[in-house]
Amino acid sequence: MSLLELSGVDKKFRGLHALSDVEMSVSEGEIVGVIGPNGAGKTTLFNVICGALKPDSGSVRFAGTDVTGRKPETIARRGMVRTFQLMRPFASMTVAENVSLAAQHHTRGAERLRDRAMEVVERVGLEEWAHRPATELPTAGLKRLELARALAARPRVLLLDEVLAGLLPAEREPVLDLLAELREQDGTTLVFIEHIMAAVMRLSDRVLVLDQGAVLATGTPDEVTADPRVIDAYLGEEPTPHADA
Amino acid sequence: MTDTAVESRREARSAGPAPPLRPQNRQFAVLAVLVLLAIPLPLILPSAQGAVAVRILIFLIMAVGWNIMSGFGGMFSFGHAAYFGLGAYTSAYLLVEHGVSPWVGMAAGMVVAAAVAMVIGYFSFRYDLKGAYFALATFAFAEMLRLVTTSSDAVNGAVGYQVPLIQGSSVWQMQFPAGSPAYFWIALVLAGGAVALSILFRHSPAGRYVVAIRDDELAAASVGAPVMRHKLLTVALSGAITAVAGAFYTQYYLFIDPQLAFGSSVSIEAIVTAVIGGIGTIWGPVVGAVIVGSLADVTATLLATPPEFLSFLQGRSGLDVILYAVMLILIVRLMPKGIFGTLADKFSERRRR
Ligand SMILES: Nc1ncnc2c1ncn2[C@@H]1O[C@H](COP(=O)(O)OP(=O)(O)OP(=O)(O)O)[C@@H](O)[C@H]1O
Ligand SMILES: [Mg+2]
Repeated sequence: MSLLELSGVDKKFRGLHALSDVEMSVSEGEIVGVIGPNGAGKTTLFNVICGALKPDSGSVRFAGTDVTGRKPETIARRGMVRTFQLMRPFASMTVAENVSLAAQHHTRGAERLRDRAMEVVERVGLEEWAHRPATELPTAGLKRLELARALAARPRVLLLDEVLAGLLPAEREPVLDLLAELREQDGTTLVFIEHIMAAVMRLSDRVLVLDQGAVLATGTPDEVTADPRVIDAYLGEEPTPHADA
Repeated sequence: MTDTAVESRREARSAGPAPPLRPQNRQFAVLAVLVLLAIPLPLILPSAQGAVAVRILIFLIMAVGWNIMSGFGGMFSFGHAAYFGLGAYTSAYLLVEHGVSPWVGMAAGMVVAAAVAMVIGYFSFRYDLKGAYFALATFAFAEMLRLVTTSSDAVNGAVGYQVPLIQGSSVWQMQFPAGSPAYFWIALVLAGGAVALSILFRHSPAGRYVVAIRDDELAAASVGAPVMRHKLLTVALSGAITAVAGAFYTQYYLFIDPQLAFGSSVSIEAIVTAVIGGIGTIWGPVVGAVIVGSLADVTATLLATPPEFLSFLQGRSGLDVILYAVMLILIVRLMPKGIFGTLADKFSERRRR
């Protein structure tokens, strides 16, 4: 049975059809990569799944219940947590405080909260920054903070929006290892948007290709990369580097 | 290794020690010392300065109340006179019309102000009023209360309420001979309580959610912060504390009318005090109250008995408002985080090096 299931999800911004009739299903413990050209609707898909945007029609089901249009906090507390492509740190807080805030809904008591936060901070390799203002982090650090904060919220499903963008190739390795470890050790289900194909190929059990708001293809990484329509729409051209990266 | 990597490594090493696990403990200790130091003040100060000290404490309570909503919560209110006035009028009405003790009246005023703040808050948040629109809505609401009380016979219209005088002194009636130190001590307990509450709130799980929601509402919600509930809690607490100032004001000056209770100058005083001291900090309202409260007295004295070269000021009014404006401009230009906020930043930067 699938843990996360979207059916007929549709979202329009004025004239723009950002998502059209999206079907998607993710099983427990699966790692699903989401790829597609810039503006394909990948981030919008996450926004709809996590309650930041209401879909015009269609439904999002998580762990057997309909969560369509529920508040982001409700969805997060049920175990579906996302990161932001454009990083959104709590600007008045330190790195550790950012992380500990996300653990607050399941952990009480100052000591336990601090320990939990520090565990996660170390796990993403930010321990040297722990007590500095989050705004002082460089881009790569902010990406890790996004990941740390989402992890601290104890996700059952973790939705990652381009967490590798802006990292140097050497910095990507530990993050990729961490993601693999999350599935093995923590049993976390992962859905990740990524432009770096090497990472998508290595990590994904299945890949979903979005193009102009519609699902162009789904399948194993090998199936998808061999699909002529996918090559045509996305893989043929070099993926454009990101302005925010 | 690239240059930036080396640099970030070096920077990171200067990260400094972990902050205390419970910063509130130190803040409570500082508060206790401040309160203890303040206790003998009315016995030492000449009576005119004693009145200034009480005025400072009233400003302090107002600023603490405003700071919870607009500093911690980031919801800029231009209408805190509404809550001050509700505290003043609820207690005055209950005392004059029904002989209820001002203490009970104060508690009732807190409940009324909190309830009203939640109702206004609910609709503002529901319809996503933010920034200037939210500030305007709060201002309009305070003005509405001023007009309603002015034209409403049930609360004596424009005349307002005079606190009935009693013989001698009574703690239960919160009334003492003029110039009694008891007024200062009561105000001190109330102000100390307000600051303690703000420390407690700031470091509670709820207070941390409130600050996170201020920093980034969607990011906070996305890690499980219940947004609406925490905004309502914040405005309720803020309104209730501000109502305390209103209720005490009425007892101290023995008089309240719609302009004194709901006039925009009350809102301005709360804002100016918190902004000058430092928005969103625990001690900002305290520092601001000492400065603004003393200055308010200086301007009042200047207007009443100006020195020779300022004789044109005789009998005029509005000098305090001009002074507030000048101070606000200076502070915003020179110390954008307020006096306490800017100094605290400087200090923590130096310590980290
Ligand atoms: N809140 C919004 N209001 C209006 N238009 C929007 C909004 N969010 C996204 N869009 C538009 O919807 C389309 C899809 O955007 P989205 O951010 O989902 O793309 P994406 O696949 O994440 O792209 P990228 O790879 O660049 O991150 C874009 O044309 C974008 O401009
Ligand atoms: Mg995107």
